[in-house]
Amino acid sequence: MNKKKLEQIKEQYKPIIEEKRAKWQEEHDTPFYTRQTRLVLRNVEIIEPTSVHEYIATDGYFGFAKALTMQPQEIIDIVKESGMRGRGGAGFSTGKKWQFVHDAQSETKYIVCNADEGDPGAFMDRAILENDPYSVLESMTIAGYALGAQKGYIYCRAEYPQAVKNCKAAIIAARKNRLLGDNLFGTNFSFNIELRLGAGAFVCGEETALIASIEGKRGEPRPRPPFPAVSGLYGKPTLINNVETLSAIPMIIFEGAERWNKIGSPNNAGTKVFALAGNITNGGLIEVPMGITIKEIIYEIGGGYAEGSKVKAVQAGGPSGGCIPASMFDLPIDFDSLQSVGSILGSGGLVVMCDKVCMIDVAKFFIKFSVDESCGKCVPCRIGNIKLLNILEKITSGRGEESDLCELEKLSKTIIETSLCGLGQSSPNPVLSTLTHFREEYLDHIHNRRCGAGICRELTTYEINEKCIMCTACIKVCPVDAITGELKKPHYLSKEKCIKCNKCVPICPVDAIVRV
Amino acid sequence: MTKQAFIKAVERERDGGSVLCALQIAQEAYGYINEFAIQTVADVFSVSQSHVYGVATFYHQFTFAKRGKYNIQVCMGTACYVLGAEEIIRAIEDELGIKAGGKTEDGLFSLEHNTRCVGDCSIAPIVIIGDKWLAKTTIRKTLNEIRKIKRQEEVRLP
Repeated sequence: MNKKKLEQIKEQYKPIIEEKRAKWQEEHDTPFYTRQTRLVLRNVEIIEPTSVHEYIATDGYFGFAKALTMQPQEIIDIVKESGMRGRGGAGFSTGKKWQFVHDAQSETKYIVCNADEGDPGAFMDRAILENDPYSVLESMTIAGYALGAQKGYIYCRAEYPQAVKNCKAAIIAARKNRLLGDNLFGTNFSFNIELRLGAGAFVCGEETALIASIEGKRGEPRPRPPFPAVSGLYGKPTLINNVETLSAIPMIIFEGAERWNKIGSPNNAGTKVFALAGNITNGGLIEVPMGITIKEIIYEIGGGYAEGSKVKAVQAGGPSGGCIPASMFDLPIDFDSLQSVGSILGSGGLVVMCDKVCMIDVAKFFIKFSVDESCGKCVPCRIGNIKLLNILEKITSGRGEESDLCELEKLSKTIIETSLCGLGQSSPNPVLSTLTHFREEYLDHIHNRRCGAGICRELTTYEINEKCIMCTACIKVCPVDAITGELKKPHYLSKEKCIKCNKCVPICPVDAIVRV
Repeated sequence: MTKQAFIKAVERERDGGSVLCALQIAQEAYGYINEFAIQTVADVFSVSQSHVYGVATFYHQFTFAKRGKYNIQVCMGTACYVLGAEEIIRAIEDELGIKAGGKTEDGLFSLEHNTRCVGDCSIAPIVIIGDKWLAKTTIRKTLNEIRKIKRQEEVRLP
């Protein structure tokens, strides 16, 4: 492959892509799509994912061709100038990271793509790897050239079979077309990429744990420093970037830093892909400029939620993030402002919650997740999170006391301050943010033994409402004979006898049994 | 996969791969990690069996008993949870008379414990039965699917 061939292919395939793009735009002419700024997702659903020719027709590999004509330092300067901050969650400057690896002295260096997207409720990396895998391959190759690395690894979640398949196909096709391998474009630069599969461990998204996992060990994090930029995979300097970060780099190199830094808000350049899900009319992946308000995302793009229910909160950042109440929906979404309200941008999951969701139950859900996923290496995370879970369970089962709230706060702070890695340092965030913004819900559970959303089983009762068609289906299924009545005669549910097993709810053909 | 073929595959992983990659081959080939796999990987990589076992138990992907013919996964990502995934699990447990993590006596169904986000949050809640995906599912829809499979299997048996 060389630049001339690239141009030939582009010429040949451009009409096809233009036609596909026009068709896509026509089919997606709704506010959900037209309000977006699709840069990272520019090729998603448009090009054939594994066709290298179609990727080249969208200026693919022209960024790499340009990079080969530049000095490594010039490339790094463009990345710095673009203001790109790591999309994996922490938001560290990508240019600085590249500089650290570039400055490290070593014959062997590695480029690692972190595609271990473990945050529940986030799926942007999956979409990119499934639909535009070459953008990641090209980006890693550029990084390899700029930083002096010869080998790259993509560490992908095994739970994404389609992404794995497309990535594998793309790597094989890239090798065949001499976009990976020895002496690329006739230079003396050689680069290869290998795909490694995760095995279902959330903590492996943490960079030192990810390195241990690629090496085939238990995915346990280690203290930093030394940072991976100095001593990473097999003890060599290693660059670890997230899928979304990498996917934007070829465009930035080819079109210049302004393509990225003129979008977004101060100190938060570019666009961000969010996974909008939960109680929302239009869910899915959205790419918007940084600094857009939550309100715009939920109501103008997402279309709000079904009539009759109110959106109560939005959860950002997964198990390391927090819940933002509806009263703060004017907040612009970027790294810094989300942190100021006790949440984080994280990888970009946005789960919208309506008033049928109990916030303490949500906090419990995330702590349970962290308990399961804690690797067990450090004490605060291993034992602290279990203690948090115990207290939350006490509250949701109606045995809570007001002093529990102090205990939750104190314990959370200790876990954050003393844990070894990012998992423990952020796992109490869902508890702290709900305690700050939804304290009255905690107090309702504690003082009134009531769960307003009707979720916490011990604090709710079952009732049969007027929808009942008197079919006796529930009477037959109740194991304790708590429901009485006959065919075509009114049914009664005895709250004293009911053991809240929930068996009657799914059996009812008209959803007449409700929890209050 | 024959024992010989498995040993060959593990040997290939020794050069350039890792213990983890070798275990993934075993999980794929046998459906679970058996003693033979642990022993082979330990021998080929010249590490202790306890080291291999330590790696295997760390990751959720590996199981140490065979799954049912139809493995049921109820996604427990945030979006699915908010839309009622936990109630769906309880209903399946009642329907099959097993707990999450268990397998029915006839070996037909197994219910996975704590399935991690499968990344299709915009069509939550999601239940995967065997290789069939149920999107935007409900308790009723899920139980109907399970009963349908039960009936099909009964017909197939003599």
